[in-house]
Amino acid sequence: MANIGLYIELKEGVFKKSNRELLSLARKSGQPVHAVLFCPDVQPYLEELKGIQTVIQVQGADLTYQPDRYARTLAAVIHEFKLDIFCGIFSAQGKDLFPRLAAKAKASLVNDCLAVDLDTRKAIKPVYSGKLLAEYQIDASTALFTIRPNVIAVETTTATKAPEIKTVALDNGELQTKIISVEKSASKKIDLTEAEIIVSGGRAMKGKENFTILEDLAKVLNGGIGASRAAVDAGFASADMQVGQTGKVVNPKLYIACGISGAIQHFVGMKTSKIIVAVNKDPEAPIFKKADYGIVGDLFTIVPLLKKEFKKVLS
Amino acid sequence: MNFVDFQEVLVNIYVCIKQVPDTEASILVKDGRSINEAAIKWIVSPYDEYAVEEALKLKEKNPGSTVTAVCLGPERVQNALRTALAMGADRAVHVEGNAALDYQNTALALAQVIRADKEFGVIFMGKQAIDDDAYQLHILLAEELAIPAATNVTAFAFENQAVKVEREIDEGAKEMIEMAVPCIVAAAKGLNTPRYASMMGIMKAKKIEIKKITLSEIGIDESQNRIRLLKLSAPAEKPQGRVIPGEAADAVRELVRLLREEAKVI
Repeated sequence: MANIGLYIELKEGVFKKSNRELLSLARKSGQPVHAVLFCPDVQPYLEELKGIQTVIQVQGADLTYQPDRYARTLAAVIHEFKLDIFCGIFSAQGKDLFPRLAAKAKASLVNDCLAVDLDTRKAIKPVYSGKLLAEYQIDASTALFTIRPNVIAVETTTATKAPEIKTVALDNGELQTKIISVEKSASKKIDLTEAEIIVSGGRAMKGKENFTILEDLAKVLNGGIGASRAAVDAGFASADMQVGQTGKVVNPKLYIACGISGAIQHFVGMKTSKIIVAVNKDPEAPIFKKADYGIVGDLFTIVPLLKKEFKKVLS
Repeated sequence: MNFVDFQEVLVNIYVCIKQVPDTEASILVKDGRSINEAAIKWIVSPYDEYAVEEALKLKEKNPGSTVTAVCLGPERVQNALRTALAMGADRAVHVEGNAALDYQNTALALAQVIRADKEFGVIFMGKQAIDDDAYQLHILLAEELAIPAATNVTAFAFENQAVKVEREIDEGAKEMIEMAVPCIVAAAKGLNTPRYASMMGIMKAKKIEIKKITLSEIGIDESQNRIRLLKLSAPAEKPQGRVIPGEAADAVRELVRLLREEAKVI
């Protein structure tokens, strides 16, 4: 028997949808599952946490994310609850928190997993920007894994048993790495790494102002907006929108590439998308070899038509 | 750790780099656990180039400080160190070994080498290397050295004896972080635009002697690994898709129908 711990990530109190993937993975193992939440009240989340053994609520006066504080608290939880395996989401916070936890809990960590076998502690993760897959096995007594969003099928549980709630106190030791403020983006953008639909633009967008047509399309689909490196380097889009080898790795259900030629560096950032659609004027563009569906045509004609058609069928 | 005062803090700036296959290289598996290195062109991992640039900028603002580049790997990684030297680094340390160390052991090796080298100030690194994409070495190294670390950094400043950085979190949102020196700063895209080495820089770099330390000298090898690589494989290729023919409006209508009825993604 192995005790499995999960770090349930809350974003300003909102339960991140990728937590459901962690819960599905853990419930399937048949092992006792313990979910850790940093929040003043666990009630709003209990419906999501049915069928697991324990909910560990971390309480404190100020539960704002501070990496040192969170890592020390979780290391203490791992020790106290004798957790053998601990998993989280491969999110911006997960990337910051889990390596710190690995060091403090004397555990070993594999990040960005596409599949994890909790019995054998084996995990598959992309390496060389996804050009290859690596299978790792953790031999350390405590194994940590972070899981890429949108890869594990979410299964709803039939369990009705409410978990037992236990509380622990937030560590209040010294902060070496201190977050002094958080600046929110002026526009409320959809997180690309968790987005189900992404509309992305390349060099052929010709200018920053033209991204509005992609925004219009993304709005209809409730999707995020990405860009190729060429578009970012040309100043059409901001660096946080870049998808690819030196940008974000995304994994949506639907990726619509507009005016993107499809260089390998871009492709590795979106190749695991379930469906890739390419819109490009050049019938020889490499993107058509990688896309599930393609339309050869001017994006300035096609994108507005797409918006109209999606709007019609989705309304 | 000895007390490091304001003047000394910036004297020794470090940058840890990794040599990786070129971004355009096709990567082929050899023997199931390693890659075929025959046709590979090696480069400095792109995020590490941002780290080198930021180290050099900090040095330029603080006359008298030096930048030392550190790289772990076989003989060939000396080229990566030469690149850093040609960009403007003053010294280079090669931690030589062929061992495939796990992340923790790599951090341990770098920590030992840096600790034994000189009193360190800010250590710059890339947020990830684009070969193993581990996303953790910088923090493991910081924990090993018992110093703070910030990752995914897009802006860096040194003011009032402290490091202030900005790091990207979720879509467009940013965290401002303050750390004392010494500390580790892991660079992301957007931090700066790395310079190209000048001809003079390249000539100068050739004359600098690279300090060499072997992994066996510091007593670290694969036997201490706690993560094992079992297998490398190529992911399944997607079958070639299809281009939808017809006039723009017809093609768009057909595409949306296929996305709904065939692919079932909307």
